[in-house]
Amino acid sequence: MSDGEIIGSYIVPVHPHTYLVPEQNPGWTKLREAFDEAALRIKNSEADLLIIYSTTWPSIIGHQIQADPNPEWVMVDHDFHDLGSIPYSFNIDSEFANAWNEANHQRGLKSRTVNYHGFPIDVGSVVALKLLNPDNAIPAVIVSSNVYANRSETSVMAKACLDVVRSTGRKAIAITAMSLSNRMFTENIDPADDKIHSLKDDEWNCKILELMEKGRLEDVGQLSRTIQKQIRIRKVVAFKPMWWLSAINDNRNDLTGEVLAYEAIHGAGAAVIHLDPASCGTGDKEYDEDDVEYFHGDRSVLDSNDPEATAIDEEVETIDEITTAEENGPALWEPTTVDGSVNTDSAPKPVGAYPHARRVGDLLYLSGVGPRQAVTNSIPGGPIHDEDGEPLDYDIKAQTKAVIDNIALILEEAGSSLEQVIDVTTFLVDMKRDFQGYNEVWAETLGKIGPTRTTLAIRALPTPIAVEMKVIAQLLE
Amino acid sequence: MAKGRIVAGCIAPHPPHLVYAENPDQNEPTSEGGWEQLRWGYERLRESLSEIEHDVIVILSPHWQTYVGTHFLGLENFQSLSVDPVFPNLFRYHYDLNIDVELAKQIHDNAEKAGLAVKMMENPDFRVDYGTITTGHLFNPKWDKPLVVISSNRSTDYYSAEVMQEMMIELGRITRETIEESGKKAVILASNSLSHRHFTTESEIPEDMSKEHIASHAMHLWDMRIIDYIRSGQTQRILDEMPEFIEQAIAESDGGGLSWLISALDTPDYPAILHGYGTIIGTGNAVVEWPCYKHEEESQ
Repeated sequence: MSDGEIIGSYIVPVHPHTYLVPEQNPGWTKLREAFDEAALRIKNSEADLLIIYSTTWPSIIGHQIQADPNPEWVMVDHDFHDLGSIPYSFNIDSEFANAWNEANHQRGLKSRTVNYHGFPIDVGSVVALKLLNPDNAIPAVIVSSNVYANRSETSVMAKACLDVVRSTGRKAIAITAMSLSNRMFTENIDPADDKIHSLKDDEWNCKILELMEKGRLEDVGQLSRTIQKQIRIRKVVAFKPMWWLSAINDNRNDLTGEVLAYEAIHGAGAAVIHLDPASCGTGDKEYDEDDVEYFHGDRSVLDSNDPEATAIDEEVETIDEITTAEENGPALWEPTTVDGSVNTDSAPKPVGAYPHARRVGDLLYLSGVGPRQAVTNSIPGGPIHDEDGEPLDYDIKAQTKAVIDNIALILEEAGSSLEQVIDVTTFLVDMKRDFQGYNEVWAETLGKIGPTRTTLAIRALPTPIAVEMKVIAQLLE
Repeated sequence: MAKGRIVAGCIAPHPPHLVYAENPDQNEPTSEGGWEQLRWGYERLRESLSEIEHDVIVILSPHWQTYVGTHFLGLENFQSLSVDPVFPNLFRYHYDLNIDVELAKQIHDNAEKAGLAVKMMENPDFRVDYGTITTGHLFNPKWDKPLVVISSNRSTDYYSAEVMQEMMIELGRITRETIEESGKKAVILASNSLSHRHFTTESEIPEDMSKEHIASHAMHLWDMRIIDYIRSGQTQRILDEMPEFIEQAIAESDGGGLSWLISALDTPDYPAILHGYGTIIGTGNAVVEWPCYKHEEESQ
């Protein structure tokens, strides 16, 4: 059995409007459409488990995990009871719930499962499951938000969950049911008048969404307490679902984020966000870092037009190129420009005098493509050895995903796409170690398109990477 | 029609542990007892109230938390199973309770006229919160008096304890005046603990009283300070110190119940009866009665 993993994450709003009365406000309609799009993506994925962390299920004695295999009831919201009732009957993976509970105990946490007829499943979980998993095809598990839990307890609880996902080989989707800003209007309003409660709330929400679109989930987690102070009332102490979601995604900052909708629900910030684990290629950086491998000096954040600061930046860039060339592989070259060549700033620079690709007739021949990132030259999944040649642990899946992302960028520049790839030759520096991981990523991506493929073992590549691909593709008419 | 009046005002806690400890037929889990000090306090309160004629019980429950105004149960009967979302191992109670919809609607309408945000809850699928059920059972196990159930408006969270008090003092005044207009005799009840810092673990036997004590000395000092004000008729001081009490004792009176009660009783300056005090998973709880009826008789 292969290792389980988180194959996607979603952030969804908690209030019942999107389920019961989406037609009453254009923004609620957009949120409902985003829910439907998220449901479709989940259905078309390989997901076999939905894990929900809900901010509308508070607990006191540690965390609680729903373990009733088929909870059924009719949910009515405490505030918006006039919008109607939501009957539910869910498919809960009680075996996973019990295993998670045990994993929590092994990591020193207090938690328990709940398996009682009539247990009141909270509005956030009900709305999420009704809309994201409408036919109950995928089993789910729900965890409470402990009002006393700090960052450590919340993060460790996520790691315990990840232990079970991995050991049971599950392909899981992580979901947080939550508002962004959670200040609602304190009076009844006409649905047509709904908007974010204040400009300040809206500005902070947009900042969160900007980070999410860049895949910087860990950054949002680090800002949790600040966000709580700025735009949240006390309902849940701290903006803790971001701690949980970041930890279950290995505290990464290079996810691929997409905001499917952002609107107001009775004044609160409501967003449907999809975070894909594929690297977005920006490097696993925190919000105040330019590069995780090299220090580029202070950023002139106060005046980007300062010529002195610009000069310093240019100098640092030059130093960086030299450092990269001397310590971390060969020097980088500008791509060669000849008749029919295709080059792009979005792909990593060559390590010799050659273009990224070349057109011949209706075919496109790509130079060997590795996982290095365009501007930073960093390697998703990490380099295979350090500057002294000492071996390092690295993630072949992340490297392979980054290679395919780079191929897509070059093809896009040429007016082609991954769907037009005809033939691939792959070079692996460690066939025994890496073939399986590489092959899994292939199956999820190019394998679905169907080019011919040859995989070769070689001793080394010019840069400290584990995988490179040579591609022939057809040009689009 | 004779003028209605509030015949007694009470503070009474609602942790499900107290119902669990009593083993009533309506509750599914069974126990070996526990929390006797508080349950005896409830017994003394019930005995005291049995001597006072009343038509209706008006409850403000902090566990029906509403963020858009104050809500009132608005159907004549509610029957269902109440499962405590925090302690489902202790409380799974089959309830059947009646509402005095007429009085609830009158308070609602008068509050609306006074500018408060209010709403009647008329969805028959609605599950009544476990705080109301717990207090309702301990207060009147026969369930033979209709209730008016008022939600806890979380204005402390949205604004501040001071703003919450302004709103709850207004709602308390409206409650008192509406009861007087109605011609009914009402017992009013803030379903409320005092200090509210829980333990974050539960003993293997929940009713193991060797594990029960106040969460900290600071919480004990606050509880005794408030009880001293209660017993000496200094309710204005409770209102004055409410913001500090809420912040430092993490007090459940952030839900507005205690401020509403004191206002509805017209800020009594006569002593209340302390029927009992005890802790439940570390929180401080008192069973208290302001005997308005007796006080009026003695004043005449």
